[in-house]
Amino acid sequence: MADEQRPLGEEGTDGVRRRDFIHIAAVSFAGVGAVAAVTPLVYQMAPAADVLALSTTELDVAAIQPGQAIKTTWRKQPVFVRHLTAEEIAEANDVPSADLRDPQTLAERTKPGKEAYLITLGVCTHLGCVPLGAAEGENKGEYGGYFCPCHGSHYDTAGRIRKGPAPTNLVVPPYEFTSDTAVLIG
Amino acid sequence: MSFPWAKEYQPQNGFMQWMDERLPLPRLVYGAIGAGYPVPRNLNYFWNFGVLAGFALMIQIITGIVLAMNYAANTAVAFNSVEYIMRDVNAGWLLRYLHMNGASFFFIVVYIHIFRGLYYGSYKAPREMVWLLGVVIFLLMMATAFMGYVLPWGQMSFWGAQVITGFFSAIPLVGEPLREWLLGGFVPDNAALNRFFSLHYLLPFVIAGVIILHIWALHIPGSNNPTGIDVKSEQDTVPFHPYYTSKDGFGLGVFLIAFCSVVFFAPNMLGHPDNYIPANPLSTPAHIVPEWYFLPFYAILKAFTYNFLWIDAKLWGVIAMFGSIALLFFLPWLDKSPIRSASYRPLYRKFFWFGLLPCIAVLGVVGAMPAEGLWVPLGQVAALYYFAHFLIIIPMISYFEKPEPLPMSITESVLGKAETPAVGATPATA
Amino acid sequence: MVRPLGILVGLGFCMALVFALVTTVWTMATTPTEDPKNTPYFWQQEPRPANLPSSGPFAQFDRVQLQRGFRVYKEVCAACHGLNLVSFRNLEAIGYSEDQVKTIAAEWPIQTPSVDPNTGEAAMRAPIPTDRFPSPYPNEIAARAANNNAIPPDLSLIVKARAGHQDYIYSLLTGYRDVPAELPEALRPGVGLSYNPYFASLNIAMANPLTGEGQVTYDDGTRATPDQMARDVTAFLVWTSEPKLENRIKTGWAVLGFLLIFTILAYMSYRSIWAEKKGR
Repeated sequence: MADEQRPLGEEGTDGVRRRDFIHIAAVSFAGVGAVAAVTPLVYQMAPAADVLALSTTELDVAAIQPGQAIKTTWRKQPVFVRHLTAEEIAEANDVPSADLRDPQTLAERTKPGKEAYLITLGVCTHLGCVPLGAAEGENKGEYGGYFCPCHGSHYDTAGRIRKGPAPTNLVVPPYEFTSDTAVLIG
Repeated sequence: MSFPWAKEYQPQNGFMQWMDERLPLPRLVYGAIGAGYPVPRNLNYFWNFGVLAGFALMIQIITGIVLAMNYAANTAVAFNSVEYIMRDVNAGWLLRYLHMNGASFFFIVVYIHIFRGLYYGSYKAPREMVWLLGVVIFLLMMATAFMGYVLPWGQMSFWGAQVITGFFSAIPLVGEPLREWLLGGFVPDNAALNRFFSLHYLLPFVIAGVIILHIWALHIPGSNNPTGIDVKSEQDTVPFHPYYTSKDGFGLGVFLIAFCSVVFFAPNMLGHPDNYIPANPLSTPAHIVPEWYFLPFYAILKAFTYNFLWIDAKLWGVIAMFGSIALLFFLPWLDKSPIRSASYRPLYRKFFWFGLLPCIAVLGVVGAMPAEGLWVPLGQVAALYYFAHFLIIIPMISYFEKPEPLPMSITESVLGKAETPAVGATPATA
Repeated sequence: MVRPLGILVGLGFCMALVFALVTTVWTMATTPTEDPKNTPYFWQQEPRPANLPSSGPFAQFDRVQLQRGFRVYKEVCAACHGLNLVSFRNLEAIGYSEDQVKTIAAEWPIQTPSVDPNTGEAAMRAPIPTDRFPSPYPNEIAARAANNNAIPPDLSLIVKARAGHQDYIYSLLTGYRDVPAELPEALRPGVGLSYNPYFASLNIAMANPLTGEGQVTYDDGTRATPDQMARDVTAFLVWTSEPKLENRIKTGWAVLGFLLIFTILAYMSYRSIWAEKKGR
């Protein structure tokens, strides 16, 4: 830096500059090398290949009676599969969706022609607890869907957030019906 | 520290001034590896290996910590968890090969460092403590390396653990109970694997601690040099930074090129194929060998085949193997020659080049070979020389040796006599 | 005080070694040497080079060859040898598509142990891509029972787990020979064993697996000679042992290139700093 203010042609200026450049280049290379060496150390903490590979779950919903729900897993997270009764469907459709915290209709959260099967992740969108309501006799909350006991989030029969701290509806994972009753999640 | 012309740390700005008055860490670094540490100007490339050893330890600690995030110390899954690292963990193959070969390169570097000390008399007064701490580091390294080799739980891991803990069973009376206590069982199993993992994680930090003492002890008298003579004036030294930091940077580049060539192009060259077979307590490999860096000591163990006096051959072997390292603790007092550097010790030099080095090389080869045929007597001759060299030749040699003339000063040895000012003419005040 | 004691201890070690040396030499001199022809070592042969593209500083995989090798594994080896560190999904790395992998897994002749989801009883099911290759035997005892008390080793790491590596595997697979007439009785193959001079004990429990041309049908028109099949399956096993090989070589060249430039710069920096001090 100081060199640049020296008058050109002064003895040794070129030499000094060339030398400084070499030192700066060598130290910069060392710095780049150190950063490059850190990348594998950081990268190794990202999900490994076997974790990423566990991406699909198959299940058969034929055995689920209306009003019942089962739990399965997808990517090691709980998944709720619920066969809604006619009243539950009506209840969900009666709510004007525009009034909700996270506006969605039941139809948007299920597959066409399969509205009775509500498939959501069993992970509360607040801080990740597993809500109650999927198993027989559990507290379904004030809106008859799911209730998260950790911080009191209530979900309705379409798995939408109605009361409590959770910001969004229960997440619907990507899935498709591969036959009338076979579902492929993921 | 000890030289009056050592530059004193000057804080560059207000913050550093503030820091210096509260936690003078920059001052410590400045005096330890900065411009405040005057070092003889004539060090050759063999003096690079101390810094390289520290760097190798750092590689091992860093890669080891991230490997431990993915490894599982349980005999049921240990082998597969290493293969999981190799196959599924992102960049896991790289980390594992770095760690595995890093151990070998750590030993290569440390062996060169030790032989440099032996050749140039760095173990002699006033640097005995530096040498003693170095031997402690070496022992800790061997323990760490051995336990690390057990972790993948392959065939060599298991049988290495079996054989090495078997050394302890040679001790009369308490041997067998001691071995069972060490293993937490009758053979190496889950208990042993878990404690080895725990200690393998702990010991490198102990090594790092002893290295700090090693460097501290070194800074009291200052570094030795190829002439072995003392620093006499400021002319004889240069500040560590930038003179030796730049040289160490270059040395580091060369080291990394050698290291990475092996890691990326021949990562299994220094390993043993049998360690890619999962441990099987019911079947011993045809030919058990330790890692290459233990081979000379393994050869010494195998050389003792005769029940001499009231001690049986097995115990002789174990005593000799530990003794071959323990004798290094006494080296500063076994060697009475006042001359440090072998460059001026004609006899010692001959024994070093034509005795000690070939002897270690032969021991290394014999250690890798099966105990049969000519390998046995060859190993015995080499082991005989090893003990004779340190315990008989070195103590006696100074009676017969006629040292060659020493240069007047380090500067003279670098620049030649003509340009050297008279000694004592430059009592510098820095 | 240290020196006299040291010399004394040194003499002790040396005496023990002198006695050991003398007895060793005496034993060697008085024991008649065994005819080398009686040891397996005399008859053993050095592995022949497999000449695979996965060797050397520019190593890479020939994916078409790996697929041929996988076919040989599937049709010849898989009946006895497992591949328990490899998952079906890994086959995508040798050029199969996701759908092909699904089909390969679903149609795999060996089923994966599972649990009946309704009764909880042990059951078997077709593998899915995330499964490891199922073991051909439920346990070690079954493996021994089916193979004359010799366990067929798992092949996942076989190339790295044998001295000689791919050359050894290739040589072994093509190394079945007639028993030499002058082979001593003690070294001749026993019941159920075959003579193979590349195998440590000369007699291997595996019968010659690659017996004739066309044992495996190749899609790409390559002639399936025993030599070709051995080479291909060896290439496949190099991949199962070291699936990240290409990655390693590529990264290696980049790292070495970078280090070379760094080292040259560091050397120039070092020389320029020392320039005025090295005035010899």
